[in-house]
Amino acid sequence: MSQPSVRNAVIIGGNRIPFARSNTAYVNASNQDMFTAALEGLVARYGLQGQRIGAVSGGAVLKHSKNFNLIREAVLGSSLDHATPAYDVQMACATGMEAIGSLANKIKLGQLESAIGGGVDTTSDAPIAVSDSLRAILMELSRARTTKAKLGALAKIRPGHLAPAAPGTGEPRTGLSMGDHQAITTKKWGITREAQDELALASHKNLAAAYDRGFFNDLITPFNGLAKDNNLRADSSMEKLAKLKPAFGKNLGEEATMTAGNSTPLTDGASTVLLGSEEYAQANDLPMLANFVDFEAAAVDFVHGGEGLLMAPAYATARMLKRNNLTLQDFDFYEIHEAFAGTVLSTLKAWEDEEFCREKLGLEAPLGAIDRSKLNVNGSSLAAGHPFAATGGRIIASTAKMLHEKGSGRALISVCAAGGQGVVAILEARN
Amino acid sequence: MADKYMELVNTGLTKKLATMLGLPRPPRLRRYSPDAALLPGPVLILGASAKAQELSDTLVSWGLDVRRHDAGEAKLGGLVLLLDELERPTDLSPLMLAAGQALRKLLPGGRVVAFSRPAGDDDEPQLSAVRQGIDGVVRSMGREMRGGATANGIVLEAGTTVASPSALAALRFFFSGRSAYVDGQFLTVRTNDGVLPADFAKPLAGKVAVVTGAARGIGAAIAKTLSRDGAQVVVVDMPAAGEALAKVANSIGATTLQLDVTAEDAAQQIMDHAIGRHGSLDLVIHNAGITRDKLLANMDAGRWDSVIAVNIASQLRMNEAFLAAKLPGLRIVSLASTSGIAGNRGQTNYAASKGGVIGMVHASAKLFAENGGSIAAVAPGFIETEMTAKIPLGTRTVARMVLPSLMQGGLPVDVAEAISFLGSDAAAGLNGQVLRVCGQSLVGA
Repeated sequence: MSQPSVRNAVIIGGNRIPFARSNTAYVNASNQDMFTAALEGLVARYGLQGQRIGAVSGGAVLKHSKNFNLIREAVLGSSLDHATPAYDVQMACATGMEAIGSLANKIKLGQLESAIGGGVDTTSDAPIAVSDSLRAILMELSRARTTKAKLGALAKIRPGHLAPAAPGTGEPRTGLSMGDHQAITTKKWGITREAQDELALASHKNLAAAYDRGFFNDLITPFNGLAKDNNLRADSSMEKLAKLKPAFGKNLGEEATMTAGNSTPLTDGASTVLLGSEEYAQANDLPMLANFVDFEAAAVDFVHGGEGLLMAPAYATARMLKRNNLTLQDFDFYEIHEAFAGTVLSTLKAWEDEEFCREKLGLEAPLGAIDRSKLNVNGSSLAAGHPFAATGGRIIASTAKMLHEKGSGRALISVCAAGGQGVVAILEARN
Repeated sequence: MADKYMELVNTGLTKKLATMLGLPRPPRLRRYSPDAALLPGPVLILGASAKAQELSDTLVSWGLDVRRHDAGEAKLGGLVLLLDELERPTDLSPLMLAAGQALRKLLPGGRVVAFSRPAGDDDEPQLSAVRQGIDGVVRSMGREMRGGATANGIVLEAGTTVASPSALAALRFFFSGRSAYVDGQFLTVRTNDGVLPADFAKPLAGKVAVVTGAARGIGAAIAKTLSRDGAQVVVVDMPAAGEALAKVANSIGATTLQLDVTAEDAAQQIMDHAIGRHGSLDLVIHNAGITRDKLLANMDAGRWDSVIAVNIASQLRMNEAFLAAKLPGLRIVSLASTSGIAGNRGQTNYAASKGGVIGMVHASAKLFAENGGSIAAVAPGFIETEMTAKIPLGTRTVARMVLPSLMQGGLPVDVAEAISFLGSDAAAGLNGQVLRVCGQSLVGA
């Protein structure tokens, strides 16, 4: 048997719904509602009605157990051919990146001609579970055969068992919230409050400018009456950001720098990206915005290994650059997901740090500094918001369009994730 | 609401009551469906015309039961009056009296179509008088029709005949349910251009059509109608209307283009999308429009300028770009309004824009014809939409029932049918046309 040849995987376009701060515009929308809406907008933009797509893949970080087939259910509720296979993927905030990257690989191998990847999340309709102790009693009840056994099980229930267990952004192994984890990293890398606020301000200004020039006209379809990301504060300023009190790392006292302004809020939203082979795009008269070149995942031991929770992309990038014979400076756009301003700035600083690059990344020389004017040029998560699994799709679609507009060059995408993980990717313009 | 009233006055006891009280009884209109008969009964042709036989043969080929001069006791689905060879007003008498007798046998949803020639300033006074007189005759017949029947006219300019492609196409349009809300109107055949479709159920087969303002109301109906008629449709609307736009697109296999038509590069974006994604651009429907009503005495720049920018300036700018691109056979159909013809209180800005559309169409016909294309406009009267649903009930009832001959508001699909027809290749000889879809409303000409 011959090895399957590797061909290009092309990003054709994307669609997302505007992102909404938790408990605002999408308070009554479920993950399935939102992902279906994003999918339907994509179908409408690219005329995919009745088409059988090779595969649709995506997921949600916060998911009801009844949504075990979330993406397939969304496909069944869409205008696509219902014979389109679909499956769920989950890798925390890197869900979208992993879903899309894996689909790209299948296209490269010739297993798929077309694919849709993405993600969705809601913290307005989060799954609330019963406590573990109550669950144990209820399981015992369901196993009980006799009335006596059933009553015996029921008799064990105490008022304290009835408190619901809501999901949080806390790390199960440390009990610390993601923000408190980042606060440690932010302090370690000596990132100032001012630098974080500057990054947040740039995110808002860049996103607002992108809206003004119609950049999102073919990337977003409104949903539930919302036409723009409602976390966007076009009139934000350093003064306004400076007034906010620290929200994370409060135990650092005066040294706490992370506020609600330079951290992403809980957000609801969904995103999709349409990929295909060149043959598929050509046969269907569809645009080819960029090639999905490569992607790489990394994980760090934030529990015992002394690395910051959200630093994995720094590692993944080093490996991916080496594999592709590229330097960190060989990019025209850097899309580094702004989970927190501190995450982006810590990552950049680590890449410039000789000791970190030598000791942790095993490099002879630091990866070096990037041209900051190429960073998150159309805004990122601090302004748009961050519906966990939807962020990868947002970034990949926007970045592909940026490369298409420029007509040349390449982009580095970096998304950190809970559990000390991260996924990075390279997109390349089509000449 | 219209349906409820119509239901009451057309059924059972309440029908008797309504008749006793002399309440207006709006008829059910005969609307188009691809498998419905072209006419509800036989068609009688009265009068003489050079190509009458060819016309008759064509009607027979359309499956119609055609009677010449006398239909006996048969009920009639249509009546064609060949008046184009009359020379003086006294010639009208025998034909019109025969027509009157035929009207007694016209079935509900029946159609009267009169062929005539335009009255010109250089004509003999006798000739001009009879031709202008026919205009009055047709409009008056429209007022006398009952049961959703209509009377319309086809004016044949020099060099054209009753058998010219666009004359036949116009006749078929008036016969069919597509013209349900068109009454007392004229279509003028200017040239012998035009090709009748191979399949009358798919007159837009193989065409790529762009509809602006397609997220809802009349625009959504236009998109659906063009799609039904065989076109590949691109639906355009403001980015903020994208959710509704996607639903329209997904219901008809269209593609969406979220675009503000006032953008400088709107035409380029439309061409890029239509040609890049679907291979050509054959038809553009300038439907996007807004109202910002205010009495002129209270008018402000914001209201005035936005209406002009969206409703007419954007169309002029886009048309210039389309003309510059020399797209072969490109047809344009714009939305005018009876407000642009008759005026409307509180709508000076809107009337300026819609009157502007009519002027634009008249002046652009030659330009589009140079590349084998055409331009036309449809002027809707009172159409039942989300927008008009906001008008208070009393005013709305009066507007929809008392004013038009058909005693009801039109539906978005009625406007869409006229647009689809005027945008088809068969209507090429009607270049420069402005057609009212108003149920023969009292307002306007």
